[in-house]
Amino acid sequence: MLASSVQVAQNIGFGIIAAVMVVAAISVVTNRNVVHAALSLVIVMAGAAAQYILLAAEFVAVTQVLVYIGAVMVLFLFGVMLTRARLGHEADLNNKNFAIGIPVALIMLGVMAWALIDGYRGEKLPSDAQPVSTQALSDSIFAPYLVPFWALSFLLLIAVVGAIVLARKD
Amino acid sequence: MLLNQFLLLGAVLFCIGVYGVIARKNAVMVLMSIELILNSVNINLLAFSLFNDNIDGNVFALFIIAVAAAEVGVGLALVLLVYRNRRSIALDELSEMKG
Repeated sequence: MLASSVQVAQNIGFGIIAAVMVVAAISVVTNRNVVHAALSLVIVMAGAAAQYILLAAEFVAVTQVLVYIGAVMVLFLFGVMLTRARLGHEADLNNKNFAIGIPVALIMLGVMAWALIDGYRGEKLPSDAQPVSTQALSDSIFAPYLVPFWALSFLLLIAVVGAIVLARKD
Repeated sequence: MLLNQFLLLGAVLFCIGVYGVIARKNAVMVLMSIELILNSVNINLLAFSLFNDNIDGNVFALFIIAVAAAEVGVGLALVLLVYRNRRSIALDELSEMKG
C-alpha cells in the first residue's frame, strides 16, 4: 500500500468527526432536555456536512448546511417552543418500555456491520477524486432526473400548503 | 479512505435513530430521530456515489434533503395540531384509533 494512497489527514479528520457525530447522535436520543437534544442534532448535521466534503460532494454539503442547520433546525426549535410551556428537564421523554429499543438497535447494528464488513472489506474509495462540480450536478438534475425534480417541487408545494392548513387556527 | 468506514458510520447513526424512534415518547424527539436516519442514508448514498464514480448518488442525496424538509414541515404541523387538541404530544396517549 503506497503511503500517498492511505490519506492520513483525511482519515484522522474522518475519525474525529465520526466520533463527535456518534456522541452527539447518542445525546440526541438520550438527552432529557429537548433543547439540548435539538442542539446536539445541529452537531450531527454539521458533522454530516463535513463528511460530505470528505466524500467530494461540495454542493450537497452546502445544501445540508443551508437546509438542515438553517431551516430544519429552526423548525424544530419552533416546534419545541410551541409545544412546551416550560424549558428544561422533563422526566417522561421516554416510553415506559424504552429498553426494548436497545437490543433492537444493537442486533440491527450487528447484522448491518456484519453484512458491510463481509461485502465491502478492503474496498477503497478513489484517492484522487475531484469534487463533484455543480455544473455536472445540475446537468444531471435537469436532464435525466427532470421528472422526479418536478414531482419533488409539487411535493414541496403540497407540503407547504398542507402544513399551513393543518397548523392554522380556525 | 476505505468505503466501509463511511458505510459503518451510516449504519451506527441509523441504529441510533431507530433506537430514538422506538424509545422516545415526545413526538418532536421522534421526528429528530427520523432526521438522524435520513442523514445516515445520505452518507451512504454519497459514499457509493464516490465509490462508483457516478453522480446519481449526489442527485438522490439532494432529493432526500428536500423530502426531509417537507416531512419535517408537515410532521411539525401535525404535532402542533395534536398539541392544540390534547395539550400533550406524548405518543402513547394517542390511542383513539385503537380498535
